[in-house]
Amino acid sequence: MSKIKSLTKKQLFLPIFSMILVMLVNVIYDIACGNPPLSFFQIATQTTTSGNTILFGRLIDVLNRGSEVAILAIGMTLVVSASAGTDISVGSVMSLSGGLCCMLLAGYGVTNVSEYKVPLIVGILAGIALAVVCGIFNGFLVAYLNIQPMVATLILWSAGRAIGLLLCNSAIVYVRVPSFQFLGSYCGFLPTPILVAALCILITALVLKFTAVGTFVQAVGINKKAARISGFNSSKIILICYAVCGLCAGIAGIVATSRIYSADTNNIGLNMELDAILAVALGGNSLGGGKFNLAGSIIGAYTIQAITTTLYALKVSSAQAPVYKAIVVILIVVIQSEPVKAYFKKLSAKKAAAKEAN
Amino acid sequence: MDSNIALTMRGICMTFPGVKALDNVDFTLKKGEIRALMGENGAGKSTLIKCLTGVNKFEAGEIHVDGIEGPIINKDTMDAQKKGISTVYQEVNLCPNLSVAENLYIGREPLTKIGTVNRRKMNQMAAQLMKDLDLDIDVTQNLEEYSLALQQMIAIARAVDMESKVLILDEPTSSLDDNEVEKLFGMMRRLRDQGVGIIFVTHFLEQVYAVCDGITVLRNGTLVGEYSVEELPRVKLVAAMMGKDFDDLASIKPEGINDFSKVPLEIEAKGLSHPGTIKPFDLDIHKGEVVGLTGLLGSGRSELARVIYGADKAHTGTLKVDGKEVKIKAPIDAMNLGMGLLPDDRKAEGIIGDMSVRENIVLAMQAKQGMFKKIPMAKQIEIADKFIDMLQIKTASRETLIKQLSGGNQQKVILARWLATEPDFLILDEPTRGIDIGTKTEIQKLVIKLAEEGKSVIFISSEIEEMLRTCNRMAVLRDGMKVGEIGMEEMTQEGVMHAIAGGDHHE
Repeated sequence: MSKIKSLTKKQLFLPIFSMILVMLVNVIYDIACGNPPLSFFQIATQTTTSGNTILFGRLIDVLNRGSEVAILAIGMTLVVSASAGTDISVGSVMSLSGGLCCMLLAGYGVTNVSEYKVPLIVGILAGIALAVVCGIFNGFLVAYLNIQPMVATLILWSAGRAIGLLLCNSAIVYVRVPSFQFLGSYCGFLPTPILVAALCILITALVLKFTAVGTFVQAVGINKKAARISGFNSSKIILICYAVCGLCAGIAGIVATSRIYSADTNNIGLNMELDAILAVALGGNSLGGGKFNLAGSIIGAYTIQAITTTLYALKVSSAQAPVYKAIVVILIVVIQSEPVKAYFKKLSAKKAAAKEAN
Repeated sequence: MDSNIALTMRGICMTFPGVKALDNVDFTLKKGEIRALMGENGAGKSTLIKCLTGVNKFEAGEIHVDGIEGPIINKDTMDAQKKGISTVYQEVNLCPNLSVAENLYIGREPLTKIGTVNRRKMNQMAAQLMKDLDLDIDVTQNLEEYSLALQQMIAIARAVDMESKVLILDEPTSSLDDNEVEKLFGMMRRLRDQGVGIIFVTHFLEQVYAVCDGITVLRNGTLVGEYSVEELPRVKLVAAMMGKDFDDLASIKPEGINDFSKVPLEIEAKGLSHPGTIKPFDLDIHKGEVVGLTGLLGSGRSELARVIYGADKAHTGTLKVDGKEVKIKAPIDAMNLGMGLLPDDRKAEGIIGDMSVRENIVLAMQAKQGMFKKIPMAKQIEIADKFIDMLQIKTASRETLIKQLSGGNQQKVILARWLATEPDFLILDEPTRGIDIGTKTEIQKLVIKLAEEGKSVIFISSEIEEMLRTCNRMAVLRDGMKVGEIGMEEMTQEGVMHAIAGGDHHE
């Protein structure tokens, strides 16, 4: 009993609990439909037309489709923590980096190629580098010019996608080279995006564990003035966080572009900044900045995807899905809110008191 | 309830995780009485007040207020205000980005017929209130335009204006200079004569005797006793607070070196200035010397130190540290030269509230090491434990969040943060503000010990007595300018006062 109690006090308890709740809905649905109860977790193999064996299943789908938001959530967590603001440009920046990458690979004005104009790696690195530049631009506005994060990132939120469209000469640029699809398809039997996300998460986790980056970011986020007096270069740290956020957006953008082997600038990363922000919040992180928990944000990201996948599994039409998604999000946010937490705490205290009285 | 009583609290109990903050505490306040609530850090003064105002939920006990039947439990400070209990806290809790008038009437703005805020009337009322209290303030300006001291006065004005039966002043004087304190006392006496009961929390003993009628003493969360001022002279009061006999504070100053002329210089500032805060000044500090900066609040004493440290960037002048000319662009540069600054505004510039005591202690060390060289956890724990033990920081554990500690203990943590960096030159700006007598003495002793180890210290304090005990030399500031220095031989209470006041007394 005491073990359970100490478990519920952990910050990650509620995010994990929410995730389990979403999975439970799947189990109940499957039972109701007469499917095997654990079909959500079932992973099957399938042989593709090209003869490769790949894994598939709802769980794999959640991990695969949730990759972009999970990658974005890393950068967003840092930005929220250090600057008590959100970077709403990440969706547009994703589209921009994908656009530049495809434009370089296909050549300006060309909409359909079957071989690269420049080596693949150049396209990818250029796309990601541009995203980092965007991040630095955002960071500069926030950290050095003291512009509110929402306003500062609003610039690229609106301009990023448009610039991407200009780069692609207002068309969808298709790069029909198999190696370009690698990042968005399969690496062996696993979807590559899962590996990319896992790598990003792993690197970030290692950096946070073995360096003091986390302390630097949080100190600045909690009390910028005090952090400065204690020798931190607050502005530089905030700038770095935005740059990392841009980097994440770049990587996510390349993955998203690779999935559809084309730069569909109008649609890549559309509204994804909101999912990334939601992931941070679902992870139990305060959007007011300060302390953060990366694992929470990552779980939050996959929870969002799990909700979407579940809704499709439930055969909810894509027009109705946002409504159900909203309901689930409300539930999750409410159980994590302070008054509800306090209520449950009081309830358990009363129970304990009653037990003692007996 | 006796019709003469404004407030009674009976058997109040309250626990924080791991600490019994209040144990069966009683408190009585008569109408038209100013009662001092005294005790060391962590004695439970702030907690008791927070129980009264509804900030903390107490576990047992009863509160009765004049004019209300039966025991009351306040849900929050708004609720307490409605029942006639107003509070001014140690740190100003107003909104810096609102105007003075808005701050005064927030939550009870005068309305127009259609229900919008009647700004003109609000500003008129505010201006009248300021005039009544003899404060020269433009009520349409944002609060942040005014000094901390004036903000404090505005906070008090707000509380006073709310027709309170019980007014709580939690360390209201810690950021005020003597003149302002006198004004506040005038305000308090006037309110007392109108029948308001005032609870006055302070660390300044002389103020207790200047203005109070009664004294209630707490120690370690329990009530020591309720006394009238006559029956509890200073020495007995200190003894009651500390639970032991008064260790004479005056005798801590050692008979060390008084002539520093042959000792090498640690700091040599020539013509340093920062526009708007401090005019060009020269200042030499020898190794092992404690130099006090004195002057009225706003005279530039904090600002001078901040320029040396790089908290405010110097616009003119040169700085030599240990004989070498240096450029300090930001605090980290100063830290790498062996400096440390304990700022006067603990809440705004000192603590990282949501971090633990351990994280706060190793913070500056970590900043010096850089982002990528993390101090190993075992080392962090060792350092934190060493300083918690050395400075006797009262905390449930080293992982407790610093914001849960009492003000004095927070200050000790910040002090530990700098001591951990093993500085050669430490700037202490009001290190003892809001700290109890016992800890004050400890900090003063620590300063002298640091100096004996050859470290240089700038010591800034509003309490002249404290400066006299610790400093070897004092620099005097007036209106943003260094106007002179006082050597050991002129360092008496009177001499310093004259130097601060300047002008007339010589003629």
